Amino acid sequence: MTVSSGLPDIPSAAGSPTPLVRVESLTKLFPMSRGLFRRPSAHIHAVDDVSFELFEGESFGLVGESGCGKTTIGKLLVKLMEPTGGRILFQDDRDTAGGQTLTDIVDTSGKDLKEFRRKAQMIFQDPYESMNPRRTIFDTIAEPLSVQGIGSPPERMDKVRDLLELVGLTPASTMLFRYPHELSGGQRQRVAIARALVVEPTFVVADEPTSMLDVSFSTSIMHLMSGLARQLGVTYLYITHDLAVARYMCQRIAVMYLGKIVELAETEELLSNPLHPYTRALLSAVPSPDPAHQRDPVNILGDVSAPVNPHPRCRFHDRCPMAAPQCYVESHPPMEDHGGGHLVACYRV
Amino acid sequence: MTPQTDPQSSVPPHGTEPAPTNLTAARVRLALRGFREGWSIFVESRIGVIGLAVIIIFALMAISHPILMATIWDEATYDPVTGYAFDQIEQPAPPSWAHPLGTDPLGRDVLSQLLSSTASEFILGIVAALVTVSIATMVGAVAAYYGGIVDTLLMRLADLVVSLPGLSLLIVLSALFDLNLFMLALLIGVLGGFGGSAIIFKSQALSVSVKPYIEAARVAGGGRLHIILVHIVPNLLPLSFLYMMFTVTGAIFSEAVLSYFGLLNIRMSWGIMIHTASTAGYLLGGTKYWWLIVPAGASITLLCSTFYLVGRALDEVANPRLRRR
Amino acid sequence: MADPILQVSGLSLRYQTRHGEVKAVEDVSFKLLPGQVMGLVGESGSGKTSVAISLMRLLPDNARVTGGQVLLDGRDLLSMGFEEVRSYRWHRISMIFQAAMNSLDPVYRVGDQILEAIETHNPELTKREAQERIAGLFQLVGLDPQLTQRYPHEYSGGMRQRAVIAMSLACQPDVVIADEPTTALDVIVQDRILRRLKEIQSDLNMSMVYITHDIAVVAEVTDRIGVMYAGKLVELGDTSDVFGSPIHPYTSALLSVFPSIRGPKRELVTLPGEPPNLIDPPAGCRFHPRCPYAIDACQTEDPPTVERGSHWAACWNPLPVQTGPQETSGPVSLEEQ
Repeated sequence: MTVSSGLPDIPSAAGSPTPLVRVESLTKLFPMSRGLFRRPSAHIHAVDDVSFELFEGESFGLVGESGCGKTTIGKLLVKLMEPTGGRILFQDDRDTAGGQTLTDIVDTSGKDLKEFRRKAQMIFQDPYESMNPRRTIFDTIAEPLSVQGIGSPPERMDKVRDLLELVGLTPASTMLFRYPHELSGGQRQRVAIARALVVEPTFVVADEPTSMLDVSFSTSIMHLMSGLARQLGVTYLYITHDLAVARYMCQRIAVMYLGKIVELAETEELLSNPLHPYTRALLSAVPSPDPAHQRDPVNILGDVSAPVNPHPRCRFHDRCPMAAPQCYVESHPPMEDHGGGHLVACYRV
Repeated sequence: MTPQTDPQSSVPPHGTEPAPTNLTAARVRLALRGFREGWSIFVESRIGVIGLAVIIIFALMAISHPILMATIWDEATYDPVTGYAFDQIEQPAPPSWAHPLGTDPLGRDVLSQLLSSTASEFILGIVAALVTVSIATMVGAVAAYYGGIVDTLLMRLADLVVSLPGLSLLIVLSALFDLNLFMLALLIGVLGGFGGSAIIFKSQALSVSVKPYIEAARVAGGGRLHIILVHIVPNLLPLSFLYMMFTVTGAIFSEAVLSYFGLLNIRMSWGIMIHTASTAGYLLGGTKYWWLIVPAGASITLLCSTFYLVGRALDEVANPRLRRR
Repeated sequence: MADPILQVSGLSLRYQTRHGEVKAVEDVSFKLLPGQVMGLVGESGSGKTSVAISLMRLLPDNARVTGGQVLLDGRDLLSMGFEEVRSYRWHRISMIFQAAMNSLDPVYRVGDQILEAIETHNPELTKREAQERIAGLFQLVGLDPQLTQRYPHEYSGGMRQRAVIAMSLACQPDVVIADEPTTALDVIVQDRILRRLKEIQSDLNMSMVYITHDIAVVAEVTDRIGVMYAGKLVELGDTSDVFGSPIHPYTSALLSVFPSIRGPKRELVTLPGEPPNLIDPPAGCRFHPRCPYAIDACQTEDPPTVERGSHWAACWNPLPVQTGPQETSGPVSLEEQ
């Protein structure tokens, strides 16, 4: 069994021609409303000028604490929200003549949006709340097919059966007409995966798909997802707060802090050679399952705050153990390459 | 050692049914199973069973009138409106074998009047309730899902209807216009439904519309209509059904009041029966002429409270938190 | 060896539900020595929280203790009258709830909520003394004493958890039960709270039962651990021994399904199947349907106790003794598809 370690080789960030998804200066501000007709006095900078690329077949991890904006990015990428600024470019497979081109999906609507819904899907965190309790497993998985008018009812039934087999809910015929509450959390998350894959998407946003499951289920789901990625060539944006999960699921990891990506590198490089002080703190805070192991102290000051109209300085400067005077005056540091595509946003590295 | 190879060998938690082959057949079977489960909870609460039994008795009463008219009752004597009990010397006559509930001041058989009104009371109550609940459900679902200006407009409209004195308005309207039973049902439905229940349905719809499965449906490609009709409204239906029961009560009561004032163009109803007794001056006669008031009054009270009891029992079916276990 | 401060023996607990009787806890026994931290690990539905709330006698109405004793200094908590339990609760034995479980009332100031607990159990203290104690508690858990005058919604998640810890310590209990106190928190906050909790525990020489599903947290905080599966305690022993050389295949599986960010990236093992339905649990060992080492005896008869040094497990076919660093190439090694 080599599922977890057998992910396909990813094209290195520099060498690949066209990414599947390119996110440019993505920004999402949430107004803090103060009544119906008053102008919002402040904005939460949930996602602030974030750029990255996803390559075909890759699993890209977005890691950070709650409130860092990782789920917002996921929702922006599947068009559950409209960004305040920036571009989200998707590989356009209609134009095959002159190679692949990228299309901005931010203003997509109507027929193009429907087409986009076939290419990009999402798996949600909560297996209990992400399924309508009044609809059967068949209805849940077939929903993307029926709302988009794909196939006839018997064809949809066959497709759903195939997917149930694929995600390991066997025998499929005993599962089709059950309700979500009759399934365990692990089984439900398999249903959620089947629903996301039923339209054969090229890109799937996985928002903490294992964080609410027991450990024994979560490893099965991780195995299943990486196996399917290989088998079907799906590209994941894998959102998680758990670096250990990201280590097993992702080839590259981006660490987010208060709406900004502060570090981005290939997984093992990030874990063995973290450069940003926040990444270091995050890594040393993860408890170790070895009773003999003594962890380093976690080097971070104060508590996390909400990014409400943040200062233009480095988002981390007030919690940084190595902040220099420069960090208190200059704007948020740009992402700089420290070799081999290891990007860090810090003046002090 | 025997390593286990099937990752899904565990026994499913509940009884598995044989593999369905036909989509429609499977859905019918699921609906039946859901009904059976709901029924078993319903019968556990005694008030529901009592309520249902009383409703069935009223239904039998409604059915019995045309049968009796066709068989043993002759039209000239027993017609609820035009009949006259020639066999009685004095009107109103007290109960006798020929007229088990006596006759009214105009010589008409009270039992016949009571039975003939039952059907119209049912129709009135259920039509009004259907109208109410349909409006309230859609208004609630649309306001919750669309939000913004749509929400604001619909809710202000609901506030307006809440603040209108419903019954007084009905009295005015029925005095101005010649309302028949069906129009009255629609009117009661509109005025009753657009008020408080729309606000309650909206809050329920709001709690549904923030569930992740609504987002999942959007990612699946579902439009607004799909989400409202497939995901929000079905999750409001238990509440709708419950409110229907309570609205039936209100509708029957309103009809009784309007009939009592003689404002309705209805052939016969329980309210009209009391109205007749009242205009002829028998309402103040104490218990001497009880058969003129008690049958109709008791029927109104009983039917109203019965629908309320059934509603309470259905609440337990729809709302697991209210169950004892 | 010192006398245990808390001794649970043969605890069995059932819940009445519509579908039948759930045998949630079956014959659980363990001892807690003074100053010791014992971990109770298991997945959801393993019965670990049921054990915790029966130690506090906070069971819901549909729960029934069908056997066993919970001895706190030789007195059985389970057979005490209601008033007597009340005098024990918070005073002798207290509980740290998950802050997510809303154990703070949103309409009262945090300080007042703790004050109420102190006033109920230590009526001899003046208000001033009680308030001084609360300020001390806040300092102990690392909160600014000024915060006592704030409402829970003004607290962050980590602060709320600290306040809940302060509350559990308000009446100076001998035994504290911590039920997943850091589960809902981010790692950096979790790290701080765990460190603070460990400091407090060793400073006060407090005895603690720490309930969690997180193997890594248990490894860091506890001296002893009990592993629960489907309502039964399957393995109990010193933490280092259990982690170093697990006897029960379930313990071993729990350790090897856990992804780690440290050390070389080892293969993750999957545990097949689902936990059993406890209305009708499997005969014999409750783990046998998922166990790769199951033999015939496992399916019919209750497993015997296997003792090995400081720890024991209930298993028919125990894992061999492991020497040297644990190589989790996976005793449970199964194909996913």
